[in-house]
Parts: sequence; C-alpha cells; structure tokens
Amino acid sequence: MPDVAFWQGNQAIAQGALAAGCMFFAGYPITPSSDIMEEMAKELPAAGGRFIQMEDEIASIAAAIGGSIAGLKSMTASSGPGISLKQENLGLAYMAEIPLVLVNVMRGGPSTGVPTKISQMDVMQARWGCHGDHGTIAYSPSSVQECYEIAIKAFNAAERYRQPVIILSDEVLGHMREKVFVPPAGSYAVKERKKPGVKPEKFVPYLAEPEDDIPPMASFGDGYRWHVTGLAHNDFGFPSAKEEEVEKNITRLVRKIDRFRDDIVEYDTYEVDDADILVVSYGTVARSSITAVKEARKRGLKVGHFRPVTLWPFPDKEIYQISKKAKTIIVPELNCGQMVLEVDRAVHGRAKVIKKGLVNGEVFMPEEISSFIQEVA
Amino acid sequence: MPRPEITRWLRTQFFPHMWCPGCGHGIILHSLLRALTDLEKKPEETVIASGIGCSSRMPGYINACTVHSTHGRSLAFATGIKLAKPELTVIDVMGDGDCSAIGGNHFIHACRRNIDITAIVMNNNIYGMTGGQASPTTPEGARATTAPYGVIDPSFDLCKLAEGAGATFVARSVVSNPKQCEKYIVDAIRHKGFSVVEIISTCHTQFGRRNKFRSPIENINRVKDLSVPQAKAKDMTPEELKGKYVTGLFVNIEAPEYTDQYLSLVDKVKGE
Repeated sequence: MPDVAFWQGNQAIAQGALAAGCMFFAGYPITPSSDIMEEMAKELPAAGGRFIQMEDEIASIAAAIGGSIAGLKSMTASSGPGISLKQENLGLAYMAEIPLVLVNVMRGGPSTGVPTKISQMDVMQARWGCHGDHGTIAYSPSSVQECYEIAIKAFNAAERYRQPVIILSDEVLGHMREKVFVPPAGSYAVKERKKPGVKPEKFVPYLAEPEDDIPPMASFGDGYRWHVTGLAHNDFGFPSAKEEEVEKNITRLVRKIDRFRDDIVEYDTYEVDDADILVVSYGTVARSSITAVKEARKRGLKVGHFRPVTLWPFPDKEIYQISKKAKTIIVPELNCGQMVLEVDRAVHGRAKVIKKGLVNGEVFMPEEISSFIQEVA
Repeated sequence: MPRPEITRWLRTQFFPHMWCPGCGHGIILHSLLRALTDLEKKPEETVIASGIGCSSRMPGYINACTVHSTHGRSLAFATGIKLAKPELTVIDVMGDGDCSAIGGNHFIHACRRNIDITAIVMNNNIYGMTGGQASPTTPEGARATTAPYGVIDPSFDLCKLAEGAGATFVARSVVSNPKQCEKYIVDAIRHKGFSVVEIISTCHTQFGRRNKFRSPIENINRVKDLSVPQAKAKDMTPEELKGKYVTGLFVNIEAPEYTDQYLSLVDKVKGE
C-alpha cells in the first residue's frame, strides 16, 4: 500500500527527486521555487546526499552540473529571472551532455514581473532558452501527485538521454497542497546513466552508440579520464572547428531526442473521441479546463480536453489525429500565445485554433473556459 | 625538454597547442605538471577545471579529469565536483578577466567557503583570446584595444581580494621564476582549504605589442623587473610599490574546510 502525504507541489517535486535517486542539489533563493531548495536542504544531508546554497543562480546550475559530472544525480530549481540566468550553463549541459534536472516554477515575466503569481510564459524559453540548437525535454505537471511522478520521470529521462530535462511547474501548483499517494520504492522505474563498458585506456568519451546516439558516460573519480567542454568537440571530447566534426556533434544532440520522440511524448485526454470542440491546455490551467469540459458535456456539448504532459517534444501527431473530428480547438494559456503556436502547427489548417491568453497573474476560472466553449458551440 | 613523468600528464595527441609561441602560460602549465608529479598525484583522481580564455584552454592538454566550462564560472563547477567527491584533488585554472571580472562573485565565495580547491590565476593583464581588451588587472595607463588612450581605472590586487574574502592560502609568483611557481603550487595543493596562487604571466601578442614590449623575452623581463619579493617590499612605500608585483606567500592559515564541515553535518544529521 502506498503512503499518503499532504504536500505542496514544490515539496512533491523535491520528494519525487529524492525517490528518483537525486543526491545533489544546488540552488539560490527565488520566489516561487525556494521551497524546493528548502526541502532539499532538509532531506539531502539526512540521505547522505549533497546540498549547497550557491552565491547566485549561475553558480547553482554550474555546481549541479559539477555534481553530475562526478556521478551524482543532480537538480537545481528556480523561477523567472533565475531561469534566464541559468541558460548559459544549461547550454553547456546540453553541449557536454550532462544529465541534470532543472525545475522552473513559472511566475510572471518578463524581468522581475510578478514574482508571487502564476504564469505560463516560459514555454518557448524552455524549448529554446540557451543559444544554439539542441533537443529539449520539458514536462508540465498539473497536480501535486503529478509533480511527484514527473520528478521521477524527469530524472529517468535526464539519465537515459544524457542531457538536461526541464520541469515546467507554476506558482499555483508549487504552493497548492494536495493528497499524494507515494508509491513504495521498487514499484516504479528508476533509470541510471549508461556507463562505459570499455577499460579507461580505450574510452572515447563522445563516441555515441549507434543504437541510441548516446555515448556512455564515465564519472570523474571512477578511473576514467576525459574532457568536458562547451566547445563543439569530436568523439574524443576535444574542441574542434572542423566542419564534419561540428556537424556530427550538433546534429546528434538534436537527433538523439528526435528519434526517441514517441517514447518521450506523454499526454492525457478527456472525452476526445467524439469531440467537435477540443480544449488544449496544460499545468494548472488544465484543471479549470477539465471542469469546464465536464460542465459542457452535461449540457450535451461534444467537447474534449487534451493535455500535453510533455510540452517538449510537443504531442503534435496526437493533436493532428484528434483534429480529424474536432474542428475547433481552444487554447487557453497564461501567456499571450505560446503553446498555441505549436497547436496551430500541429493541425496543419485542419481545425480552427482559437488563442485565449491571460497575463494578469490569475488563473482562468472554469466559468471563463465555459464561456470560451459557449462562444464556439 | 620536460621529463617523461611530466609528459605522461599531457594529451600530446592534441598538440600543437593553441597558445602563441612565447606565451607565458606554457611556463605555468609546466610548473603545474611538475607540482602534480612531485606530489605523486594520480591523473584519474585529479580534476582540472577552467572557464574561458587562453588560460582556460590548459585543461584540454592535461590528461586528467578536465572541465573546460563557461566564462568565469569554473569555480562553481569545481565546487560541485569537489562537494560530490571530496576525495578528488581539484585544481581550477583561471585568467585574470575570468577570475576577477565575470567570475568575481564565484571567486570571492569560493574563498569565503574555504573549500579545498586550488585556484591558479594566470594573470597576463589582458583579455588575450578576444583580441587585447582591458581587464580588471590591466595596469593604469597601459593601452588595450578598449583603452586606446590608456586605462584610467585602478586594477585589482587579486591576492588582497582573495585574502579579504577568506582564502586560507594566498601566494603570488611570476613566470620568470618557474621554481617559485612550482613551489607555491605544490604548497597550495597540499594546503587543506581554498588556496590561491596568482602567477603573473605574459601576453606579448595582445598586451606587449601595444605597450612597447614586442617580443616574448621583453615581456618576461618586464614582469621580472616589476616583481618585488615580499621581504623587500615591506620596506618600500606605497608610491614605490605602485605598478609592482609583490611576490611571496601572503596567507597560510588553518581553518575548517567546507567539505569536511559538510560531511560532519551529514554524520550529525544521520545520528539524530
């Protein structure tokens, strides 16, 4: 029987991370994500893990990457300006292929914005934030239970695909308390990074295996010597500006996620099979949307809901399928229109996509979503 | 020629290196490798981290566990590695801009924390890689591409900065004195806690040629002539010391080390 806890979303992410084997956390205080750091400060020493409060946001992601290079599953968390600051070193982790979980508890922006209130303005930042091309994995939880489960999934994906994985939570979810069923250890998958199978003298650190385009990773201190760099590099990990080596390096960073897109993508549907109208929303907003969809069904309207659990890779093929029937798609989100661009791209003009944005720091109420449905019914 | 036990530490397959012929940084690399050899360190248990710049290309040539990180941030990466595995020997090589401009915050906090990392600051008084822009240690009056009429702002004394921030071992040497460089690096690595060795290096390509020191040897002679041993400096006035590089061991004290403190905390928490 699972244990039952009554946690905030931020706390659930920290607890999920621990359940996934996170043994290193570095952070810097920022609203509304500090609770994650505080939970880790309490729990990690007791678990024999490493916790450190660094001098700034930049240093905290750097230290977490260092922890991962030394072999510990590592995480950092932040919000708003803190995420912007972390992007430089996030790029290094993409380039050097260092597993890492980065939690973004979204608040209003740009700049200092509205620190204590919700937004979903960082969807595109999560995809593209840091200069240069790379594949992105970003999860969007919608309940405290899911914060816990996604934290485990995010670590598994980071270790499996050897790169940073982002959790896009939000201020409301972070601070909301809900009942969480905590599964017993052993009842869920916990993945570890692929280790080299060759002796240290034969180790070629960035030689990817053809089966998955991912090179096995040695930890510092395990007897292997290798070079970590943010420069484009060859299979030996040594900096290179040779056209064929740079091309090989960058295309693999994108391809290693693209080819496993179907394994990574997750979504949730509600009453979509016969839906003429589809609401697509994620995170806290999805909760209001589902209430509104239930209400509309009671009134006899054929409305369904689609919730991307991975915002990146985006479940475009799946939305395309649903748009065969659903000719009107409403996309409420707490920004001026970010994920809606992906929905629009996904349906290839087959359905009318209606953008509904809100950027006043509040959440869409179910009645507001109901009125959007009523407008098109 | 370096001794075979020195070349064992090099990734000679990646040579030729990218430094200009006559660069002072090679003297520091050789001093560091002699120090690691003297201390009988194992390359697979030795981490060398760096940021960005000419100095920061050094770890790429060292056959150890090496990290070429982002500009100014190397100490934060090194801190993560050291905290994760305190048994590793962690050395961080930085340039003057890397350490004291973009990385200034990380530098002072690493000093404050007293984490057992050895920081070697390769101070050539210029941003060399990007083409000779003024750094926080470019001397007043010296010319740089971003100071075509001469630098007007005072430069940092990195050793005083480190001491003020809490580093427990602080020393300065110059590339014209490689024996002293080696000795300070050996002592710094032996020291338990955060140690800083500033080594005044040379860049004839970007600093020297704009400041009437065109050849490598003129630049090495310049830093040699400007260096003053600590014992001699104590009898000199501030005016006489202006623009000089005082060399010596300035701080060598024992204080609780960060990872020791952390591991004691873990024991205490687990015992509760």
